[in-house]
Amino acid sequence: MQFRHHRLANGLDIVAEVDDTALSISLGYYVSAGARHETAGNSGVSHFLEHMQFKGTGQRSAEQVNREIDELGGNSNAYTSEDQTVYYLHVIPEFQSQAADLLTDIMRPSLRDSDFETERKVILEEIAMYEDQPPYGAIELSMEQFYGNHPLANRILGSVESVGRLSSTEMRSYHGHHYAANNVCLVATGAVDFEALIKQIERATEEWSSSSLSPQNYAERNEQKRFGEHVVPIASQQYVVRLQDGPNRKSPERFAWRLAANAIGDDGGSRLFWALVDTGLVDSIGLFAQQFDDHGIIATLMTCTPETAVQNWEKGSEVIRSIKTEPLTQHELELVRNRVCASVILAAERPSNRFFTVGNGWVSRGTYETLTQTVENYASVTLDQINAAAQQIADGVGTVTSVGPTGGLHFS
Amino acid sequence: MKPIPTNEAIRSGNVHVHQLANGLTLLMERMPRLRSAAFTFMLPAGTSDEPPHLQGLAGIVLEMMQRGAGERTSRQLVESLDFIGVERDSGIATLHSSMSAAMIDEYLFETLSIFADIILRPHFPLDQLEDSRSTALQELAALQDDAVQRCFIRLRECRYGNVYGRNASGSEDGIESIELKDIQEFYQQYFHPSGSILSIAGNIEFDATIEKIEHLFGTWTSTSHKTLPSIPANRATSHIDEETSQTQIAIAYDAVPYDDEKYYESRALINILGDGMSSRLFTEVREKRGLAYSVSASPQSIGTRSSTVIYAGTTSARADETLDVILSTVQSLQTGISEDELRRLKARVKTSLVFEQESCNARASQNATDWFYLNRIVDRSEVFAKVDRLNTSVLLQHANNFPMKNVTLVTLGERPLKVSHAI
Repeated sequence: MQFRHHRLANGLDIVAEVDDTALSISLGYYVSAGARHETAGNSGVSHFLEHMQFKGTGQRSAEQVNREIDELGGNSNAYTSEDQTVYYLHVIPEFQSQAADLLTDIMRPSLRDSDFETERKVILEEIAMYEDQPPYGAIELSMEQFYGNHPLANRILGSVESVGRLSSTEMRSYHGHHYAANNVCLVATGAVDFEALIKQIERATEEWSSSSLSPQNYAERNEQKRFGEHVVPIASQQYVVRLQDGPNRKSPERFAWRLAANAIGDDGGSRLFWALVDTGLVDSIGLFAQQFDDHGIIATLMTCTPETAVQNWEKGSEVIRSIKTEPLTQHELELVRNRVCASVILAAERPSNRFFTVGNGWVSRGTYETLTQTVENYASVTLDQINAAAQQIADGVGTVTSVGPTGGLHFS
Repeated sequence: MKPIPTNEAIRSGNVHVHQLANGLTLLMERMPRLRSAAFTFMLPAGTSDEPPHLQGLAGIVLEMMQRGAGERTSRQLVESLDFIGVERDSGIATLHSSMSAAMIDEYLFETLSIFADIILRPHFPLDQLEDSRSTALQELAALQDDAVQRCFIRLRECRYGNVYGRNASGSEDGIESIELKDIQEFYQQYFHPSGSILSIAGNIEFDATIEKIEHLFGTWTSTSHKTLPSIPANRATSHIDEETSQTQIAIAYDAVPYDDEKYYESRALINILGDGMSSRLFTEVREKRGLAYSVSASPQSIGTRSSTVIYAGTTSARADETLDVILSTVQSLQTGISEDELRRLKARVKTSLVFEQESCNARASQNATDWFYLNRIVDRSEVFAKVDRLNTSVLLQHANNFPMKNVTLVTLGERPLKVSHAI
């Protein structure tokens, strides 16, 4: 494994973790453009744009883009999150140059009006699809409650209204600003020919300009609701979400917090699992950590029948509070540490998984971490550190959101 | 365009089959470049073996097997596996149950020892029965909120009837009625080495693995062996009335079975129809008309029966048009297959064969499936060669010899759809 980094004159970063023995490569662009960069006026534009990137360029029609992606044979996809949009291809090494050519070309899409109108319908279908699916928007609603007027409250898909209103002109302007060379990073993992990649990208992006980006919107959160609910008559289960503050992406404490969240609420062997899932009281309950540049959240998500929701929630809260009187033991620490380390090691066998670890690490922290370092970061968490994180989880003041067929439920 | 990978890159070769005297089949594949190992245990006990009034029994048996076995309690089993970082999964199908695990290579034997306890020496503790039952009821209740899954469950029921079309989650009545003796009887009757497959792949040594498996499973005894039943497929239409934003559409029709020499032709047509961004369904339904976010076609095999299954989710006002476009698109296969489509298909198949080599999980599971259906492991170079031999006229002929036949159509949404094509 060898880490490589090169910055082009236009500001575009190229990073790679090269493993000559790998059977495949993963290649993709990380663009710092997501829901948090949007305003009420263009809500949903990052995600809509992600779709439009596949609709053709000066060199390729939309059909050609799709055909070439399939011709490369591998897996391809894209996603939009709160703070970034990522486009990637997972291919055999022989196709490196073709994959890089295609990915780079679609970063400069034509954004034709006729395609824009057809794709708007697809986005509206996607919104309708999620409306019918559990947890029926519970996560989005809880982010709104928790972040109030902070940009992290913005919905990734936007709304039927905002997507219906968006114009292709607004999208072009958003693209021009956010897809500038210095706001984009090309990440490659696996059997990558790095020298060839630099040469090719340098040529292919020589027309790309950089832009003077406004600094990240690190606004303070100044509104937070303690409780929110959304009644969904078609749902049969109740979905309850609690969000509370956790470490951000750069915090050295994030390893201890992930282990603590895992020991309290992993879905296969944790305090909440033994109390509520193994006993069949709930369908599921778990703790999840998510991190952004300037914020971090710990989410508790429970699914069960509406009649038992309040009682189960109380029991779950008690389990979490009990950490204060019955701290995590050395045995629990070892269990969770081994479990997390093994899953990190197993995932790392595939370049398609390393793509996300290496890419997210570089884009969010500007650093590269070897697999050994990551494992060491988890392995070196002490009992005091995991308990310090667990105590903060138990003490944290959060926002509770309830979504399901029953309204008026009172959660502590 | 660069050349596609050669046969050399996807040759497996490193495979060994060992039959235990008691009938258990041990499949092994060495993948020395990995530092991990994985196994899939396929056991000949599925939902079609459940007594009609105890639907959900197979799932509860599998759950109860993991709630105490050998020297360990339920909690000790989970903690022993967590302690060595074993990732695991289990599932119930129509004709079999499976348990699978992936781990860092050095823990393979320790993991297999624990699974030997689970499979050969389960306790079936009475005090865990109510918790297992509640867990199963919770899963069933959660399914109520999954419209796509429910549409597919109805499709199976309609298509394969009340024995082979059962859903692994069972029924509320069935789960409520299960007693400990039903669990013990089902286990005694169906969990046998004969017809069971243990498929291991990863950084392993054949001889040491055989020795270990003989030691762990050699004393397991067998009474019976099942053969693959002949499974019916019914032509039917069904609608689930619900006030959802989208209408779910699921369609199944006859395809060539996994053990048929024309299987790869059939599979190729399914891929051209609905797998990938340039597939016909994706192009016609989503790209040209924006009718759906999700639309795809995939193969479904149950025993000797194979079907093509198409899925789309679309807002109700446009659901009739979506169904219409889907049906015309299927028919379009009969008028021609382009060289471009065939080239893309070959590239995709070959690349996926290379990707499989990165995952011992994928190899263990594929080998088990091959053995279950074909009684042999299909060398990856054989798959490569069979796909490489396909040409457009063979595929066109196949599309015409096997048109959309024996169609099952299930919709879920605010109203039934108008079917303008004869199906």
